[in-house]
Amino acid sequence: MRRGTEGAQGPGDGGGNLMLSAWRNLTAQQRRDAKTGYLALSPWMVGFVVFYAFPIIATIYFSFNEWTLAEPPTWVGLDNYVRMFTRDPLFVSSLKATTLFVIISLPTKLVLGLMLALLLNLKIPGMNAFRTIFFIPAVISGVAVSLMWIWFLNPDTGVVNTLLSYFGIRGPLWFWDLHWALPSVAIMSIWKVGGAAIIYLAGLQNIPAHLYEAAEIDGASKWSRFWRITLPLLTPTLFFQLIIELIDAFKIFTEAYVITHGGPLKATYFFLYYFYEEAFRNANMGYASALALFLLVVIMGCTVFVVRTSKGWVYYEN
Amino acid sequence: MRIDPARLSASEQLRRSARQRRARKLVGHAIIYAVMITLACVFMLPIFWMASTSLKLPRELMAWPPEWIPSNPQWGNYAEAFGKYPLARYMLNSAILVIANIIGALLSVPVIAYGFARFNFPFKNVLFILMLSMMMVPGHIKLIPLYVLYLRLGLIDTYWPLILPAYFGSPFFIFLMTQFMRTIPRELDDAARIDGAGAWGILYRIIIPLCRPALTVVVVFTFLWTWNDFLEPIIFLRDYESFPISVGLAFFQGRYSIEWHLFMGATLVSIIPILVVYFFAQRHLIGGLAAIGIKG
Repeated sequence: MRRGTEGAQGPGDGGGNLMLSAWRNLTAQQRRDAKTGYLALSPWMVGFVVFYAFPIIATIYFSFNEWTLAEPPTWVGLDNYVRMFTRDPLFVSSLKATTLFVIISLPTKLVLGLMLALLLNLKIPGMNAFRTIFFIPAVISGVAVSLMWIWFLNPDTGVVNTLLSYFGIRGPLWFWDLHWALPSVAIMSIWKVGGAAIIYLAGLQNIPAHLYEAAEIDGASKWSRFWRITLPLLTPTLFFQLIIELIDAFKIFTEAYVITHGGPLKATYFFLYYFYEEAFRNANMGYASALALFLLVVIMGCTVFVVRTSKGWVYYEN
Repeated sequence: MRIDPARLSASEQLRRSARQRRARKLVGHAIIYAVMITLACVFMLPIFWMASTSLKLPRELMAWPPEWIPSNPQWGNYAEAFGKYPLARYMLNSAILVIANIIGALLSVPVIAYGFARFNFPFKNVLFILMLSMMMVPGHIKLIPLYVLYLRLGLIDTYWPLILPAYFGSPFFIFLMTQFMRTIPRELDDAARIDGAGAWGILYRIIIPLCRPALTVVVVFTFLWTWNDFLEPIIFLRDYESFPISVGLAFFQGRYSIEWHLFMGATLVSIIPILVVYFFAQRHLIGGLAAIGIKG
C-alpha cells in the first residue's frame, strides 16, 4: 500500500525515494553486504546497459527513421511499418517461408525428439554410446552441417538420391527445387533432433521409479503408463523444449546464407536472412530495424502465448 | 528315492517359464539393438559420406554407382586441402576467439553469480528477473546499434566485438552458476569468515573450487558456441584473413567452384575440435543441459 503511493509520485522521483528508504532500513552489516553485492553485479549492470538496454532502445528509435549510414538518420514516423505491412512482397515471402519452416520443423522435432528419448531411456548395455552418437549433429556448427548436406543431398551424386535410385525412384533436386528447398532445410534441422532428445532424457530420468512400480502392481499396461505417468510428468520439459525450439526455429539463418541464398524464387528467404541483407548488404538500417523489431514481437508473442496456455497442460507437482 | 510327479512338473514349469522370459528378453534386446543401430547408421550417414568423399580422387566424385568406401583412400587430399585453403589460419583465428571468450566468461560469470547467490540488497530480485528475461531476447535485435557503435569506435574488423560481451557475463551462464552456487552450504562461507577470509577470499578460495562442474559447463559451451558462431563474425569482420573457421569455409564455398573431395576434408577437419571437446566433456555437457531443462 505504502509502496503504491510512493510509486505514484512520479517515475524517477519515486524510484529514488524507494531506493533511499530501502537503504536507510539496513543495518551496517547489511549495507556492507549490499555494497559487495552491487560490486559483484557491476560488470553485468554495465553489460546490460551497453549490450542490451542501449541496443534495444536504439533499434526501436532507428525503426522510425530512414538511414543508410551515409548521412544522419531522418525521422519518417511510421513509414517503415506502413511499407512493411502494405507494400513489401519480400516481407510477405520471408514471413511465409519462416512460418512454414516453423510449422514443419517444430512439431516434428518435438515428437521425434520424445520418441528418440524414450528409446535412449531403455535400460540396455551400451546405450551411452548411442546417446553420444545421436547428440553429435546437435553440437557441430551450422556451417559445417550446411556444407555436408549440400553434398549429401546433391541431386546427381548425393547419398539420398543414389539410395532412391536403387528402388527406381528419381529423387528430387532438393535444395535446388522450388517445392523441395524448404522441406530440405527442415529435414536438416530435424537431423539435429538429438539435442531435444537429450533434454527429454533428463526429464524422463527425473520421473520417480515408484510411480511406475505402483502402476505395474495395479496392472496398468505399458501404453497407459506412458499416457498417465510419463507424458504428464514430462510436460514441464516439453514446455521448456517448445519455447527453446520455437525461438530457435524463427532465427533460422545459416542454411539460407550458405546453401540456398534464399532461393529458389525466395522459397527459403527466411526472415533473419532478409533482415541481414537489408541491414548489412543494402545498408537500409531504418527499415531493417523495423524488421528486427517485428521478428522480436512475433517471437515474444508466441512465447507469451505458449506460457499463457501452459497452465492448462503443464503439470507441476507443487 | 521317490519323486513326486506333481512337484517335478511344478519346478520344471518354473524353469521353463524362466527360460522363456530370458528368451523373450533376449529377443527384445535384439530388436532394440537392431532399431538403434539402423537409426544410428541413418544419422551418421551425412558425416560418413563427408569422410568418404574426402578420401576420393576427383574423378571418383561423379562416378556412378558411387563407391561407399574408397578402395584407394587418398590421404594426401588433406595435405592438399590445407595447402589450398588457409585452414590452419582459420582454425587459429577460431582458437584465439575461443580462448579470449573463455577467459572472459571465467572472469565475469563467477563474480556476478556470487553477487546473486550470496548477498542481499535492495532490488536484487528485480535485477535477477531482468537478467533472466534477457536470456529470452533474440540476439538479432542488438546487431544494428552495436554495428553502428563499433563502426564509430573503429572496432569493425577487429576481434573486440566478438570478445567484449563475454567479459560482462552472459545471462545464461550467470543463471546456471547462480543456481549452482546456491547449492553450496553457507556454513563453509561462515567457517572461512571466522578464519578471517573476506568476501572475495571466500569466493576464490572456497566457492570457486567447489564450482568446478558448473565452470566446466561454462567453458565447454563457450567453446562450442564461439567455434560455431557465424552471424556475428560475418557482420563484424571483413578481412578474410581474420575469419574464424565457420566463416572461412562459407567464404570459400560461396566464391570458388568447389573441389568437393578437398572441401569435405576441410569441413571434417573444422569439426574435429568440436568432436574432441564433446567426447571429453559430454557427461558435463548433458548434465548442464539437463539442469537447465529441469529448472526451466
